[in-house]
Amino acid sequence: MEFTADIGLEVHVQLKTKSKMFTRAPYHYGAEPNTLTDPVVLALPGVLPVMNKEAVRKTVLLGLLCKCKIAERCKWDRKNYFYPDSPKNYQLSQYDQPICEGGEVEIEMLGASRNVMGEHRMVQLTRIHLEEDVGKLTHFANDSLVDYNRAGAPLCEIVTEPDMHNADEVFAFLTALRNNIVAAGLSDCDMEKGQMRCDANISVRPKGQETLGTKVELKNMNTISGVRNAVAYEIKRQIHAVTSGEAIHQQTRRWDPVSQVTTKMRDKEESHDYRYFPEPDLMPVSIGAQQLKVLAKELPELPFDRQRRFMETLDLPYTLTSVLCPDKELADFFEEALADTGGKVAPKAVANLIANDLLRELSGGEEEGRLPLSACKLAPAHIADLTVLVEDGVITKQIAQTIFTEMYATGKMPSTLVEEKGLQAHSDDGELESIVREVAADPKHEKAISQFKDGNTKAINSLIGPIMKATQGKADPRKIQDMLAKVLG
Amino acid sequence: MPSEKIDIDYVARLARIDLTEEEKVTFAEQLGNILAYVDKLNQVDVSGVEPMAHAFALENVLDDDEPGPALTVKDALRNAPAQRDNQIVVPKVVEDA
Amino acid sequence: MSDIIQKTAAELSQALAAKTVSAVEVAQAFIARTEAVEDRVKAFNSRDAEWTLAQAKASDERRAAGDAAGPLDGVPVALKDILAVKDQPLTCSSRMLENFVSPYDAHVTELLKAQGAVLWGRLNMDEFAMGSSTENSAFHTSRNPWNTDCVPGGSSGGSAACVAALEAPLSIGSDTGGSIRQPAAFCGVVGLKPTYGLVSRYGLAAFASSLDQIGPFARTVEDAALLLQAIAGHDRRDSTSYKTKLPDYRAALTEKEGPWTIGVPRECFAEGLDPEIKAAVQDAIAFYEKDGHTVQEVSLPMTEYAIPTYYILATAEASSNLARYDGIRYTHRSKNAADAVDLYFKSRAEGFGPEVKRRIILGTYVLSSGYYDAYYLRAQKIRTLIRQEFMQAFESVDTILTPTTPTPSFQVGAKEDPLAMYLNDIYTINVNLAGLPGISVPCGFTSSKLPIGLQLIGKPFAEDELLAVAHRYEQAHGWKDAVAQL
Ligand SMILES: [Mg+2]
Ligand SMILES: [Zn+2]
Repeated sequence: MEFTADIGLEVHVQLKTKSKMFTRAPYHYGAEPNTLTDPVVLALPGVLPVMNKEAVRKTVLLGLLCKCKIAERCKWDRKNYFYPDSPKNYQLSQYDQPICEGGEVEIEMLGASRNVMGEHRMVQLTRIHLEEDVGKLTHFANDSLVDYNRAGAPLCEIVTEPDMHNADEVFAFLTALRNNIVAAGLSDCDMEKGQMRCDANISVRPKGQETLGTKVELKNMNTISGVRNAVAYEIKRQIHAVTSGEAIHQQTRRWDPVSQVTTKMRDKEESHDYRYFPEPDLMPVSIGAQQLKVLAKELPELPFDRQRRFMETLDLPYTLTSVLCPDKELADFFEEALADTGGKVAPKAVANLIANDLLRELSGGEEEGRLPLSACKLAPAHIADLTVLVEDGVITKQIAQTIFTEMYATGKMPSTLVEEKGLQAHSDDGELESIVREVAADPKHEKAISQFKDGNTKAINSLIGPIMKATQGKADPRKIQDMLAKVLG
Repeated sequence: MPSEKIDIDYVARLARIDLTEEEKVTFAEQLGNILAYVDKLNQVDVSGVEPMAHAFALENVLDDDEPGPALTVKDALRNAPAQRDNQIVVPKVVEDA
Repeated sequence: MSDIIQKTAAELSQALAAKTVSAVEVAQAFIARTEAVEDRVKAFNSRDAEWTLAQAKASDERRAAGDAAGPLDGVPVALKDILAVKDQPLTCSSRMLENFVSPYDAHVTELLKAQGAVLWGRLNMDEFAMGSSTENSAFHTSRNPWNTDCVPGGSSGGSAACVAALEAPLSIGSDTGGSIRQPAAFCGVVGLKPTYGLVSRYGLAAFASSLDQIGPFARTVEDAALLLQAIAGHDRRDSTSYKTKLPDYRAALTEKEGPWTIGVPRECFAEGLDPEIKAAVQDAIAFYEKDGHTVQEVSLPMTEYAIPTYYILATAEASSNLARYDGIRYTHRSKNAADAVDLYFKSRAEGFGPEVKRRIILGTYVLSSGYYDAYYLRAQKIRTLIRQEFMQAFESVDTILTPTTPTPSFQVGAKEDPLAMYLNDIYTINVNLAGLPGISVPCGFTSSKLPIGLQLIGKPFAEDELLAVAHRYEQAHGWKDAVAQL
C-alpha cells in the first residue's frame, strides 16, 4: 500500500528587539543566568505587562512578508498552564484574534542537479501570532535549574496548514522561511541559539484516503537538517507501524539527534485545558490600512523574487543566483558592486567573483558555515574596482587572483595594490614580442612549433605558460596568442 | 448554563492545589451553592451584546523598544526558596508540559 | 501629642508648612498612638518605626532646606499590605508571601515617596484582598475601632481601621468589589475608589485585574482629595492607565457647587437593607434636596445580576493572577514535595487560605473547557449591560446615591457562609463592574453606635465633582469630628 504523509509545522521565531515583549528588561542572547530580568519578567506580585511596539511592528512585517491577512484588530489572551520556566504560569499569547491569518511561503524543491532550478510551490499558513518566550530549564540528576533570561522575549508563532508531504518539503519550507525572515531583518533565526524552533505534526494515511491520519507531535529538533531527518524517520516509523497493523497513538515524540530516532515523550495528556481568556491587563491593537501601506514599503524583495530578477534581467545563471539570493546581505553586496562598476562589467563577472572567490575566502576551507560579510575587510567597491581593472585590460585575470588574495587580507583597494606592486598588464608590445621570440627560440619547443605550422593551432598552447612566467603573469593570454601567431606566422 | 456538579478533583488538578477530602466536600457544596446562585444570569438576554473585557476602551497602548534596567541577580533571587549558580533550583521536573 | 493625631492631613500639612510641628514629631505621635491602641485594633501586619522616623527626618531636612515636595511632605501614610514597597515586606496577608521582601516600588509608592509622604507600616487585609472582614487574613483579624468585637470590613480592613483609630491620618487601600468603600463605611471614615484607570495598578498585587483600583482612606473628604491628587495620573507601566489632565481635586471641593442632579436607584432600598441605614440614607437624600439639588429616581435593574457577574469575572481573573504563587521563585515552598509538579500542589495547598482556594477553584472551573461561554463570556456581556445602564443614568444625573452597605459592621465570626458574605457587596460591586468612581462618606451611626456609610457614584473620571458632592454633605454634618473611643 502507498501512503501519503501530511505535515504541519509550528515554528517559533524570536523577534530581534532590544527589550522584552511586555517590559523594558533588556534581551540578548548569551547573557549570564538571570541577569536579564526585572519584576515583570519574574512575575513578582503587582507587575503588569506593556506591549513592545517594535515586536508588534515586526510581526505585522512578518505577516506582510508571508502575504497573510493582517487583522484590523487583534487582542491578547492568557494561556494558563503551570511549568517552572513560565513565571506567571500563564503565557501571554493570542487565541482567537491573532495578528496575521492565512498566508503562504514559496518554497523550492531540489532540482535534478545543482545547476537546475527545482520546482517551486506555495506552502499555506494558518496563522501567525505574537506571544512571549519562557525561561530555560537545565536538568540535573536530582533537580533542575531555571534561568529566566529568555522569559518574556518576543516570539512569533507561525502555524502552517498540514500542507507538506515529505521531509524535503519541510526542509525547503524552513529554509525559505528563514531566508525571508533574515532578509527582512526580523530575526536572525539561528536554531542553535533557539531563535527559531520548530515542532512538527505528522500523520500518514493510505494514498487516496481523504481524512488525515492520527497525528503525532514531534519536538526537540535543533537544526533544519535535524527537522528533515526527524520528519523522514517519523514518516517511516508511522508507515511501518500501520503496515504491521499497529495503531498510531496521538502523542508527543522527541527527536534524539544522537541515535537519530524519535521516542515517546508523553501520550496526548488529558487534552490540555488552557483556560484561555482575554488578557485584562493589555489593550487590543488595531492596525490601520494606512499603517500597512507604510510598513509594506519596508519589506525587502523576497529572495526567490530577487533570484528570478537576477536570472531574467541580469542574465545570471541559476547556479550563481542560488548562491547569492538566499542571503540578502550577499545579494545586496553583489548589486552594490555591480552598480559601482558603472555598467562597465558583465554582471556574471561580478557575481562570479563574489559567489566563488569571496565565499571561498569567507568559508576558509570549512564545509559548513562561513564568516559573515561584515567580518571581512572588503566593500562592494573592492569587487567593482577589481572587475573594472580586468575589464579595462589593466590587469590580467591571473593578476586579479593575486590581487584578490591580497586585498582580502589587507582591505586595500585593487587599484592601489596594482600601483604599489606594478602589476599592470603587459602593454609594451615590443617587450612582449622579444619575450615571445626568446621562448620560441628555445629548442625544446621546436616540435610544438612545427606542429603549429602544420595546422595544429592548439600545439603552441604549451608555450603560453613559459611566456606568462617570463612576464610575471602580467600579459594577457589572448595577447600572447596573437603575438605567437604573428611571430610564428 | 451547565448545572452539573463540579468535578472538584479535575478542577483542583488544573489549579494545582492539593485539597483534603474534607476540603473537597466543603468546597464542592459551597461552590455548588454559588453556581446555583450564579444561574440567575441565564435570565438575561445577552444576544447581540459585546463582551466587556476592560472597564473602558483604549487601543494601541504600546511602549517603545527601549531597554531599561535589569534587576541585579541578587535582587532577582532575593526571595528564592532555593538557588544554585545564580539560578532557581526546582525539584526534578518530570516531563509533563 | 494627642493634639497631633486628632488633626486631619490637611491640618498637619498646614502645621508642617508653618513649621509649628516637625515631621518627626508627627511621625512620633502616630507611632506612639499605634503602640497604645494597636493591640485592640490590629490594623497592621508589620511596622518599621525606625524606617518611618528616618523618612520623617529626611522630610524635616528637605523643609529646612526649602525643598519641601508638596502638601504631603512629612504627612504619614500607611499602605495596605498589597502594594510593593522596595525593601519592605509584602505579604498580601498570606502565608504564601509571609517572608517576601519586595525588590521594587509600586507606582503609587514611588509617587508618595517623591512627594515626601512618610510611609508608615503595612496594613492587614483579607488574604489577597478576598473578603469583606479581614477574617481571611492568614495572620489575624483586624478590629473595628468603634466596637472591637466587630470586623472593620474588608478587604482593606486594616486601612480603614488604622485611620479610624487615629494610627495614621491617611492610608491606601484597594477596591475590587467594594474593598475600600465597605470598610470605610464600617469604620466611619471616607474611602474613595477612583475610576478604573485613574491610579496605576503597577505594584498592586492583582486580585481581579479588570476591577482592581487603588484609592485613599481619610477622615475627611478634603484629605481624600489630597491623597488622590498624590496618587492619580498616567503610568506607562500600566496599559489600562488613563491619560488625562488631572483636575485640582481639593480646589474642586469649593469651586464646584452644583446644583447637581442626584440619582437614587429604585433598587437602592432593596430587601435586606438595614432599616437604620435606610433611614440615614433617606436623611441624606433629604439634605441634598433641601440644599437646592434635584433628586431623581433612576433605574438600575441590572444591579440584581452584579454579584453573580462579579464572582465569575473576579474569580476567573484571580485564578490566573494567583497562579504565579507557585513555590518556585519567591513564595512559600513546601518541604514535602516529591517532584516539581507535586511542589505546586503542596506549596499552594499550604500557602493559600480557604477563601483563596475556594475562589481559585471557582475561577478555574468557570474558565475550564466547556464552561467558558456559559459563565465567563456571558458574565462579560452582562458587564456590558451593567455599564450601559449606568451610562444611561448619567445622561440625566450627575451623581448616583446609595447606601454603601446593606448592613453595618458585624461581629467577628458571625458570617460563615461565603455566599452570605458576598451579598454584603450588593451596593458596591456594580461600580467596579462599570469602572466608575465611588466614595463612601460617614452618614451617622446605628443605635448600637456602629458607623453608617453613604455611597456616591460619579461619572468616569469625574472624581472632582464626586468629591465636591460628598464634601457638601460632610460639611453639613458633624460625623467627621466623631472619634472612636479606644
Ligand atoms: Mg502552539
Ligand atoms: Zn507558541
